[in-house]
Amino acid sequence: MAIPTVMGTEIEFGIIVKNDPDFDPISSCVLIVNAYREEPDSNILWDYDQENPLADARGFQVEGEKYTPNQQENIARNKTLINGARYYVDHAHPEYSCPEVTNARELVIHEKAGERVIEISRRQANHLLPDGAQMLIHKNNSDRKGNSYGCHENYLMDRRTPFKKIVEPLLPFFSTRQIWCGAGKVGSESRNHPCDNQISQRADFFETEVALDTMVKRPIVNTRDEPHADREKYRRLHVIVGDSNMSEFTIYLRNGVTALILSMIEDGAVTKDLTLRDPVRAIREVSHDLTLRHELTMEDGSARTALEIQSDFLEMVLAYSSSRPLDPVQKDVLQKWQEVIEALGRDPMELDNRIDWVIKKRLIERYMGRKDLAWDDSQVQMLDLQYHDSRPDKGLYHLLERQGKVERIVTDEEIQHALYNPPRDTRAYFRGECLRRYSSEVFGVNWDSISFGLEDESIKRVMMAEPLKGTAEFVEELLERSETAAELLENMGS
Amino acid sequence: MATFIRDPKSLGGTRSVEAEADPTPFYMAAGEQKQKNKGGGEDEGGGEKGEGGQKLAEKGEELKEEMDELLDEIDNVLEENAEEFVKNYVQRGGE
Repeated sequence: MAIPTVMGTEIEFGIIVKNDPDFDPISSCVLIVNAYREEPDSNILWDYDQENPLADARGFQVEGEKYTPNQQENIARNKTLINGARYYVDHAHPEYSCPEVTNARELVIHEKAGERVIEISRRQANHLLPDGAQMLIHKNNSDRKGNSYGCHENYLMDRRTPFKKIVEPLLPFFSTRQIWCGAGKVGSESRNHPCDNQISQRADFFETEVALDTMVKRPIVNTRDEPHADREKYRRLHVIVGDSNMSEFTIYLRNGVTALILSMIEDGAVTKDLTLRDPVRAIREVSHDLTLRHELTMEDGSARTALEIQSDFLEMVLAYSSSRPLDPVQKDVLQKWQEVIEALGRDPMELDNRIDWVIKKRLIERYMGRKDLAWDDSQVQMLDLQYHDSRPDKGLYHLLERQGKVERIVTDEEIQHALYNPPRDTRAYFRGECLRRYSSEVFGVNWDSISFGLEDESIKRVMMAEPLKGTAEFVEELLERSETAAELLENMGS
Repeated sequence: MATFIRDPKSLGGTRSVEAEADPTPFYMAAGEQKQKNKGGGEDEGGGEKGEGGQKLAEKGEELKEEMDELLDEIDNVLEENAEEFVKNYVQRGGE
């Protein structure tokens, strides 16, 4: 049975410092994360205790070493914000994990709020760099030199849905959805398969179908099994196949449609078998084919294009949703997805104000036309990169948005509000509000718990295993009448 | 009990004003955005042939001008040393 939508994205950003011969990405990451200030004396630990990245959804535990920073390192590398987000250093990238949200619109708001947090802290970090050095951040997935970093989507699912039933339709869905949510990329990472321009930033990096690892031999379906919630009831599907999108419209669809597909899977309403013979090959071929006409081989030997496969998914979701009530956001997502699929069938370039890879392609081709450039010119490669630049005055996506050239979904006011306010309808509310009200008493925080250090030196941990509890509805009044964490705990006990 | 309302402007009073020149506002106010007009109905079919043709030509001119303006702005902000920048842009592998 499909459960209500709860989702979030965690995004690793590209980081460089110009004109600094001593540039080291890890210390730059620590610098930028620490440059963001909400509470000057925040010494709150990220609670790694319950994290278990070595648990595999297929039911076993992998041998290996979990990396758990010591206390000092922990505090330097992790910030939990009053909007319920986590802002931290992940290996050599600053990463923003937005708070849990219940719908695609809130997802856009909070993902965009994350971009602002990054940009604000980038500016602050620049003060602390040597003269002339300049830190730049890009919301992208590829350095054009074989390295990749991800935009991960997370979706709460019912644990009773067998993992096999999830994998089967997701392989073709993830291999082909890039035609309406790819971020576009100039050039290829695959030496055997060069290309001028492709649909997805990430497609070239996928080497297996289903696996646990996220950094080498990346799988189209990731089996990480860390629900950060009640293990008996929930699964958290960890999706690593997506691109980091700039366009609000694209982000909206990316998460909104995927959430609908997952509900459909959970309700057992997948009626067509869209199994591909070779999804790993398909994901690359789809990305490299801008005509959307390339035929993929299905398991039964038939040939279908990515667009045809996505149209099949659309058809299934339309049939599925005709028999169950959709909320206004879901209805809007479905409507827009349908428009996009139809437009892709006529001419993808019609979507040059909606879908990232098309917006980017249009921009680049126009510039190439004016300057008489080829796809392998460095200026063209620069356009590809600068599209993802976080600076509102220099980033090319931001420029287009400012000029009214792209369709928006949310407002600047909503994004600004989300920098300092958690969603009201998930446990992010409790987390964010505790941090705002009782920060001096918070000892540690995790997705599913928060610990308070009390006057008697004891540490009390409050479990938050239900993502849809700890909402404003449940706890606002309680928080209002608790001036301190100690009082809160007392009031909770009664 | 004091309701803790977070006013972004009051945060970090000791923070210095950012040194990096940033004349443009963070994001433009909604009112200033021009919405792109896709497929205006009045230009399709209907009306006298000559009139329709002129409107289309005007619209074409308008779009071309907008596009030129956009490309000009891109020229202004695009990294000057593209070749070096792209060459030096390297990231560590992440997840």
